[in-house]
Amino acid sequence: MKNGAFKFLIVSIAFFMHCELFAQSEGMVYIEGSRYIPLYGRDSTVVEVKDFEMDIYPVSNLEYGDFLKKNTNWQKSKALKLFTDKMYLTNWKNDLQLEASALSNSPVTYVSWFAAKAYCECQGKRLPTIDEWEYAAMADETTKDARVKPEYNKKILDWYEAPRSNENTIGMNAKNAWGVYDLHGLVWEWTLDFNSVLITGESRKDVDTDNNLFCGSAAINATDLMNYAAFMRYAIRGSLEAKYSMKNLGFRCVKPVTK
Amino acid sequence: MKATQLKLNRKTALKGAILFIASLVMVSCFDDTKTTYDDTVDIPVNQEMIAELTSPPHVPTPVGRRKAKKLVVKMEILEKEGTMTDGVTYMYWTFGGTVPGSFIRTRVGDEVEFHLQNHPDNKLPHNIDLHAVNGPGGGAESSFVVPGHSKVFSFKTLNPGLYVYHCATAPVGMHIANGMYGLILVEPAGGLPEVDKEYYIMQGDFYTKGANGERGLQPFDMQKAVNEQADYVVFNGKVGALTGDNALTAKVGETVRLYVGNGGPGLVSSFHVIGEIFDRVNVEGGSLVNENVQTTLIPAGGAAMIEFKVDVPGTFIIVDHSIFRAFNKGALGMLKVEGEEDKKIYSGEIRDDIYLPEGPGIQSMPTTDEIIASEVPAKSFEEQMEFGKQTYMQTCFACHQSEGQGIPNAFPPLAKSDYLNANVDRAIGTVLHGLTGEITVNGEKYNSVMTRQMLSPDEIANVLTYVYNSWGNSGKIITSEMVEKVKNQK
Repeated sequence: MKNGAFKFLIVSIAFFMHCELFAQSEGMVYIEGSRYIPLYGRDSTVVEVKDFEMDIYPVSNLEYGDFLKKNTNWQKSKALKLFTDKMYLTNWKNDLQLEASALSNSPVTYVSWFAAKAYCECQGKRLPTIDEWEYAAMADETTKDARVKPEYNKKILDWYEAPRSNENTIGMNAKNAWGVYDLHGLVWEWTLDFNSVLITGESRKDVDTDNNLFCGSAAINATDLMNYAAFMRYAIRGSLEAKYSMKNLGFRCVKPVTK
Repeated sequence: MKATQLKLNRKTALKGAILFIASLVMVSCFDDTKTTYDDTVDIPVNQEMIAELTSPPHVPTPVGRRKAKKLVVKMEILEKEGTMTDGVTYMYWTFGGTVPGSFIRTRVGDEVEFHLQNHPDNKLPHNIDLHAVNGPGGGAESSFVVPGHSKVFSFKTLNPGLYVYHCATAPVGMHIANGMYGLILVEPAGGLPEVDKEYYIMQGDFYTKGANGERGLQPFDMQKAVNEQADYVVFNGKVGALTGDNALTAKVGETVRLYVGNGGPGLVSSFHVIGEIFDRVNVEGGSLVNENVQTTLIPAGGAAMIEFKVDVPGTFIIVDHSIFRAFNKGALGMLKVEGEEDKKIYSGEIRDDIYLPEGPGIQSMPTTDEIIASEVPAKSFEEQMEFGKQTYMQTCFACHQSEGQGIPNAFPPLAKSDYLNANVDRAIGTVLHGLTGEITVNGEKYNSVMTRQMLSPDEIANVLTYVYNSWGNSGKIITSEMVEKVKNQK
């Protein structure tokens, strides 16, 4: 917000940066859009999500390596400092090789929003919006909206407390009702509009600006648990800047469906 | 006392003389230490200094007579697994790798440049709210930091006192419940009065999925936290952080100052040291001094500075006087004092007379008879020993001590105990039903009360196997069937 104009400038520069295009729709599943109330967000009012396709898995180190081969400007030694910080691909030995300790079928992390966005665009896709991501991620193995199930929320909260899950390999968590893996339980994921959330870092003040968050409920119920889990996702999004790279943060892409 | 005062006076006199001469020579721009400021905002700072940070129960060196400085504090946030009590681990979120977080010591007028570093391995963003800060969020707004980054902000310490700091990232209660709190001290100009020993203690309540003592890595339980039903109430982050080898120490005649905080998140502390009266308490960590205090109330998110002189030797038990927290949830520490006895102040036991009141002799804990059997029975001798040791440390240790040595004249030893080794069924019965009255163990007479223990047959078998196979005892193995047999004899 404070440097919105600056960000806009960067985004426009990014737009002009060339990348090699290749299209593919395999490895994605169809997600039928709908109207739903997100857990906690801009207004906590009903939002509409249009039909889209989503990557079944988060982007792996291997896939990102392919991208780096074709798009040399995103290699760690060449990426512009405007779009990446010092941590960018810090678990890569050099421009094209992973560190020995990292697995090729682990999710790629230490990538900035700019890099993630460029990756998706090169595939004719884009990053999911928060609304799209949260919509697909509210499913458990059997239900498309599992948010009221205590088990669903407990699992997510447990993961938030588990260390080093980014070193796990892709696809170890059960696939959800849409056929998507690892939305929870592996790494945080970038979203297109991650910084549209007004989290100031002073969360108690944020409570004032969004009364829906605590809904005046004295006793905790599934809704509150669910809010806590969602709250932590919004907190991490709110703490990020577009050029940051983080150990526990990866991404996946989506593609709007045009009928 | 007089000598030092004289020396001091001479020293200041000398200093005054030098200053006088200096000011004659140098004219202006020389700030005397004696200068007082009506408003602490005006205290100038010179020089930069890296703050010394210490892990509990230690505190950094006193500020003494140093001038206000720019003080650089580098605090690292670590999310890491640690031990809550024997056999139970917990995923702690910490400032500086410990619960409570590192102790920060400043003086009034310091300009603190605070670096909050969020370790790259961490999952979550964090921030810090220091109650010593005058400013929105106490620094929280300016310190919201994502893993792998470091945020810097600065503040001037305007009010002397002892203050809590904590994480204020959503969900705030969860961040505090996981251990994200500590203390920052702002000393007045010239420092606090000198004492012989200083320690750092902070109480906190923990909420786990499993009940108190349930083995394994225990996740945080939001529901219990909201209900404020703590499974553990502890000093310095874990059960036993201040007992046994970790006990605080002092010598007879020394003055002790305790910096005590309460991180919460839920419970208020009735802080008490058994057998010691607090000579002076800075109530709520502020400037109001109360004298001759037995128990001082420390609110969640508050602190107190407590001073007392230790007059006699012995072990002084530090508790939250909401007493079940002390003996059942872990809020118990020890101050061991060595030195000469003083019979005038405390005589010790003078006489033991027979007194027979009416009513049943054996005390028992009020309870239902439903004892839940351990979910994980021991499969081997090694497991029996391991589980037995855990039960021992949770249930028996307080009286019979870590090496089964007991406490002379109070609690009989289990190590090389003739009474124990002579009769297995009697030992099982003692744990099952309790024991009262005089017994002779290794030639010494004991007349005490052991309550019946709330343990399942499995747990009794394990703990007795552990006892029988430790400290030179007879090496018998106890099975849950043997326990059942004794239980059903009654």
